[in-house]
Amino acid sequence: MDFQQTVQQLINGIGLGSIYALIALGYTMVYGVLRFINFAHSDVLMLGAFSAFYIAPKVEKVMGPQSAAGAIVVIALAAVICACIGMLIEFLAYRPLRKRPKLTVLITAIGVSLFIEFSCQNPALFNSDTKRFPTLLPEKQFNFGGLVMGSNDIIVPLVTALLLGGMWFIVQKTKVGTAMRAVSFNQQAASLMGVPVNRIISFTFGLGSALAAIAGILYSIKAPGIEPLMGVQPGLRAFIAAVVGGIGNLPGAVLGGLLIGIVETFAGGIPGLSNYRDAIAFGILILILLFKPAGLLGRATIEKV
Amino acid sequence: MKRRHFAIPAFAAAIAAIGFTGCKGGGGDKIKVGEFASLTGKEATFGTSSHEGTLLAIEELNAAGGVLGKKLELLTEDDQSKAGEPANAVNKLISKDGVVAILGEVASSRSLEAAPICQQSQIPMISPASTNPSVTQAGDYVFRACFTDPFQGAALANFSTGTLKATKVAMLTDVKSDYSKGLAKCFKEKFLANGGTLTTELDYNGGDKDFKAQLTTIKNGNPQAVFVPGYYTDVALIAIQAKDLGLTVPLFGGDGWESSVLLDIGKEAMNGHYFSTHCAADQGTPKMTAFVEAYKKRFGGKVPDAMAVLGYDSAMLLADSIKRAGTTEGPKLRDAIAATKDFEGVSGKFSLNADRDAVKALVFIKIDGGKFTYTATVNP
Repeated sequence: MDFQQTVQQLINGIGLGSIYALIALGYTMVYGVLRFINFAHSDVLMLGAFSAFYIAPKVEKVMGPQSAAGAIVVIALAAVICACIGMLIEFLAYRPLRKRPKLTVLITAIGVSLFIEFSCQNPALFNSDTKRFPTLLPEKQFNFGGLVMGSNDIIVPLVTALLLGGMWFIVQKTKVGTAMRAVSFNQQAASLMGVPVNRIISFTFGLGSALAAIAGILYSIKAPGIEPLMGVQPGLRAFIAAVVGGIGNLPGAVLGGLLIGIVETFAGGIPGLSNYRDAIAFGILILILLFKPAGLLGRATIEKV
Repeated sequence: MKRRHFAIPAFAAAIAAIGFTGCKGGGGDKIKVGEFASLTGKEATFGTSSHEGTLLAIEELNAAGGVLGKKLELLTEDDQSKAGEPANAVNKLISKDGVVAILGEVASSRSLEAAPICQQSQIPMISPASTNPSVTQAGDYVFRACFTDPFQGAALANFSTGTLKATKVAMLTDVKSDYSKGLAKCFKEKFLANGGTLTTELDYNGGDKDFKAQLTTIKNGNPQAVFVPGYYTDVALIAIQAKDLGLTVPLFGGDGWESSVLLDIGKEAMNGHYFSTHCAADQGTPKMTAFVEAYKKRFGGKVPDAMAVLGYDSAMLLADSIKRAGTTEGPKLRDAIAATKDFEGVSGKFSLNADRDAVKALVFIKIDGGKFTYTATVNP
């Protein structure tokens, strides 16, 4: 593999890894507050892509085709829709189980995920065939002496960095963020101090789901074929990324996402290894869990039993 | 408790009894024909097209008075393009509905799942378009109305070295699909024998969305063309990302590309690429032209693709065999299908060989200006 190819694969890997990072941010946000993995996250990603699929033609009529402002409106609307869906999922499926063991909620999350995936395959909803995702922005390719960089490869890492900054700001600097950290630290104590626990948890789900929607749309711009099971594969990779980076840790999620994306891309380009992309991603997960169970940036906590 | 233990075997026996009487289907005033197809899911257009073709054939046969004085009844099951579903569908069609024969599927992996079940139940199965050689190796009750991958792979290899003048080719295979792996193997054998070199051989998993990793390595090997023996949803994304990366050489593949969705998703990224398939709506034979007219009339102006033609041909082949057998009993019907010679199908004239495979021509299609255009016919 020569130098140019290595750089090209790095560009590809960062482009893909940034999307995993964005999804992993959502996983990690919810885990940080509630200490459970929201497996329905990957399906909210799919719902985000489908929301944009249905909204885009209508926005295009008003704002003109393939305008930057139009794309932002589409993404914002889809994010709002998915935030509402996320809060609804929390309200209907997880809130009634708040006082139950964590395992119950975890299994419910898997149930919610399957419920969304298979209801959406119903012909009355989205049907299960692959649909063409509309072109939101004119795709441009930049050529630097043989290296190709798509506009998407630039936009996605930028958006991810921006959202990571935004999430860090919300969690560390705002009143809601302080409340989120309080709920994460000790739910009971937080509620005694007057923190509206239910509202804070709803807010966290809303935020996480909005991130999933944005990730789903960016993913669909990259590979414009969308179907109800499209979230499963990137969702799984992002889950690994979140654990690798240290679940509950925001920069860790981004680091993990980039790592998985880059490793996967390099593996995909090597004959003989291209078949084992998933195995490699899970191999990393196992190694990390063996040698650094809290993840790359996570802090080890002692579980009181 | 004791009573319940007794009740379960009794219940099972009752079910089995219903099942056995069901097996004698076709004894009524109708001949039941079973069909399983991917009406939804990843390869939805394969199933939809073959089903529409089959449906049109059954309707035409019934309008002409049916077969052996009985009307045909088509029972269709959707396998959602998923592994595991064909077995359920075919088991249901055979043991519950009591069909006399099974038509399906397009994708080889799914036909391979159903074939042993049909073989075991001695119910003839005709796959309209599965090209992997192992499909009909399941047993002497399994047939196909299309050519096989050794023929298609060799034709593609000759096309590459001959028409495209490409002797340095990269190959990108879907390791999840028996069709893709089989076609890749057959192509490789003939291509290397023709004096070609494979610059890069890489794999992907059907359903992947990111192919840039593989395509970057492929581009670096400077091939003159890229062989992608995959299914249309993946191929469309591969073509888009190849274009993004500035990989401008032609891509070419087999009949797995045949779908209008290839153009819906791939759009202009598909231009300048080629694939081989069973027949083309614009190939100009009188039977084809008449079929295109009838199909358009029945399905709201839709132009039939090769899967629709093969769906029609497989149903017509079955009806013709039932007529020749004079019965719908499994063994006799099997012998009649196996004896098929010079059958006049819409896709062309064909006979079944000793391996129960149709021996017939294939066509090459060029994608240009967002359209499939017929370019050449290759005879066996």
